[in-house]
Amino acid sequence: MNLIAQIEAEQIAALGKEIPDFKAGDTIRVGYKVTEGTRSRVQNYEGVCISRKNGKGIAGSFTVRKISFGEGVERVFPLYSTNIDSITVVRRGRVRRAKLYYLRARRGKSARIAEVANYKPGSGAEA
Amino acid sequence: MRSGVIAKKVGMTRLFMEDGKQIPVTVLQLENLQVVAQRTPERDGYTAVQLGAGNAKAKRTSKAMRGHFAVANVAPKRKIAEFRVSPDNMIGVGEEISAEHYVAGQKVDVAGTSIGKGFAGAMKRHNFGGLRASHGVSISHRSHGSTGQCQDPGKVFKGKKMAGHMGAVRVTTQNLEVVRTDAERGLIMVKGAVPGSKGGWVTIKDAVKKKLPENVPFPAALKSAMAAAAAEAPAAEAPAEGGEA
Repeated sequence: MNLIAQIEAEQIAALGKEIPDFKAGDTIRVGYKVTEGTRSRVQNYEGVCISRKNGKGIAGSFTVRKISFGEGVERVFPLYSTNIDSITVVRRGRVRRAKLYYLRARRGKSARIAEVANYKPGSGAEA
Repeated sequence: MRSGVIAKKVGMTRLFMEDGKQIPVTVLQLENLQVVAQRTPERDGYTAVQLGAGNAKAKRTSKAMRGHFAVANVAPKRKIAEFRVSPDNMIGVGEEISAEHYVAGQKVDVAGTSIGKGFAGAMKRHNFGGLRASHGVSISHRSHGSTGQCQDPGKVFKGKKMAGHMGAVRVTTQNLEVVRTDAERGLIMVKGAVPGSKGGWVTIKDAVKKKLPENVPFPAALKSAMAAAAAEAPAAEAPAEGGEA
């Protein structure tokens, strides 16, 4: 392992984040810490994960899309952000692509994703 | 004026801070950084220290340099650089400098050899705008355009920005913040980018345009001094020194 990979692995261990097994197509709920003035609270953001980038590394991120008041909203979260309080998988979707950017052009019925009938965690299930 | 250090650029990564901020950092590593020679007013007319870093095979070191290293009684070094210091900040020959030479939050200037770009056009080299995509422009969309006036002066002025060799020159990036240091592995993490490619040598100095923090070690963070301090108070001193510097 080279030095950079080692530093990143150490940092991931030090952050001590538990990241559930999820991929594009899954509906997830992200608890994001919001600071208003002096007090901070956790804001939930729920939507479909449409992409995951840079794998499980420290640079990893994922995009969550939802329809908010009739308007499509996308947020990109760094996987190991200290602002993320929790990530929970609400629903597992069955998709055939790694990036679901085609959902941006779709609305309503055609933007639905079928649920995985028999979900089995993969061998590398963590993160 | 303190001595600088020679470091190797390892690469870039990011750090997640407690407050949710991400900091892009360049990881720089000190490799067997030792004082190889001193420049003294009596002999040279100025004060400086010559540092050497890295490991070189004795077989591939020239005889002259082998002799130079033998005088200092240090192993052959890959990279050598001289740093001007004030007379009270001289460091003894053979002393090894540790990464705690810099403290977190301090600003430093990092100099290295930038990545060579070869023969580059005026757009890439000098940020020229190029010519239009249409309206009669043919073939020369990325050209520099006019280089001067008319029959008077009838020449292109010296220093005119044109296409040519770009990169592979010494570049100094000023006022980079030291985010973290790791004395054990000799790592210095600096916020932002540093000139040069991975594996390249850079020199780090205290920023010339920023005030030096009070808690920096003088004349330098020496491994010998640290070992002595650790031997004196093994339990008490070690965590105080190593604590998230």
